Amino acid sequence: MNTVDTLWVIVSAALVLFMTPGLALFYGGMVRSKNVLAVMMNNFAAMGVVTVLWIVVGATLAFGHDVGGGLIGDLSLSGLSHLGRSLPGFTAGGASPMAVLTFQLMFAIITAALISGGTTDRIKFPSFVVLISLWLFCVYIPLAHWVFSPEGWLATHGVLDFAGGTVVEINSGFSTLAIVLVLGRRRGWPGEAMVPHSVPLSLLGVGILWFGWFGFNAGSSLAMNSVAVSAFIATQAAAAAGLVGWLVFERITESYPTTLGAASGAVAGMVAITPCAGFVSPLAALIIGGLAGVVCALAVRLKFKLKYDDSLDVLGVHGVGGVLGMVMLGLFASRSINPAGRDGLMNGGGLHLIGSELMAVGVTIAMAFGVTFVLAKLVDMTMGLRVGPEEEFNGLDLSQHAESAYS
Amino acid sequence: MKLIVAVIKPFKVDDVKTVLKERGIDGMTLTEAQGFGRQRGHTEVYRGAEYEVDFVPKIRIEVLTDDDRADEIVTAIVESAQTGTIGDGKVWVQHVESVIRVRTGERGTDAL
Repeated sequence: MNTVDTLWVIVSAALVLFMTPGLALFYGGMVRSKNVLAVMMNNFAAMGVVTVLWIVVGATLAFGHDVGGGLIGDLSLSGLSHLGRSLPGFTAGGASPMAVLTFQLMFAIITAALISGGTTDRIKFPSFVVLISLWLFCVYIPLAHWVFSPEGWLATHGVLDFAGGTVVEINSGFSTLAIVLVLGRRRGWPGEAMVPHSVPLSLLGVGILWFGWFGFNAGSSLAMNSVAVSAFIATQAAAAAGLVGWLVFERITESYPTTLGAASGAVAGMVAITPCAGFVSPLAALIIGGLAGVVCALAVRLKFKLKYDDSLDVLGVHGVGGVLGMVMLGLFASRSINPAGRDGLMNGGGLHLIGSELMAVGVTIAMAFGVTFVLAKLVDMTMGLRVGPEEEFNGLDLSQHAESAYS
Repeated sequence: MKLIVAVIKPFKVDDVKTVLKERGIDGMTLTEAQGFGRQRGHTEVYRGAEYEVDFVPKIRIEVLTDDDRADEIVTAIVESAQTGTIGDGKVWVQHVESVIRVRTGERGTDAL
């Protein structure tokens, strides 16, 4: 075990955990004042439920000894025990296995929490908890094994994904789409104005996300080395370029640069750089982030045309930004930044890497959308996913939690 | 006795209050109100989605007075609240049957 690497990974784990309350503020500010606590509670519930499940059997299913040729982990590490000197497939001598599994726990938490951005204002709280629990085992953990475990079948097929463009971003985006299609639109949407009740809250939330994202990306090197530093600056570059990109797009198309647009652009940039950080140069990160700001600003308009109510744009920002990031990695990946990676199209690697990345994108979308759709149907038929019309009108803070955010 | 009700632009409240005090009117009730007439609301944009906000913030002023002074007060309010643009508001006058001062129980014009 390397103590410096271990220190970096546990500090990063704390940074990534902090992203979830940041996300809660980001989401909480964007909903109406009668639904603030409910959406924040979904985020906090993920911190509770996912942690319990992860420690007991989640971690071992994702990172235990491989079963089925890269499909899933075994139960040998249940309860975070028998960890040994390194996790299966990882080389010994780096960060402690316990630190790595704790760091990975925080990823599972925020991915589950991200889903709540699509289901706001109408999902029953107990049903949300049951649904993300089922989803953790049936969707998140298999994907985490396939991509993040060196023994997973996508990893062994040469797919690059530094910090979870597939497992976290594309997965949360398309899982959310599946759930909102089962759940239905909010009453009155899109005709009725559903205006963010506190943009300042959202801005603070994005500030916290930005801060935590350094742990998310740079921590994913699982070592304190030049790759971690490269991922760190790539994160800053992409967030900044995404912010600028979204604002420029707004200024040109709608004539007002908005604060929520600036915040959303930064998030879009960081989403797109998530798979790429640690594999691309700072200049490539600027291009990827800037492009993400524009593409995601366009993508959030889709729901009004196609009439699916992804309330806070989990698909438009995380799904689309994640796909964009994976494709960009196929272009800009460079072994000069990370010798353990591959070269993309722009660095003489030809189309091979883009091919791998597109396959991973396709597999993740099919898995996230397909399986989550079935799970959402299952929960809907048994417990019911949605609150009644009167509860929805009065707000979920009162109807689900017997509280008011502002009294 | 009359009740004069004026719905005016919020930034004109101080002007109206000053003028009324100059004319010796030393009581009024003020309420924050929202509404719309010919002035349209405004548009807000969140992530590219435009929302029409129909109701415009206004201030509602109520003044109780005896019959003789009603016209003078109405004129004072109209002149001090006027900007000449759409959205300046409205003033109307209602007949009041009785007024009672809570502290003393005085009735009618004595209570004003």
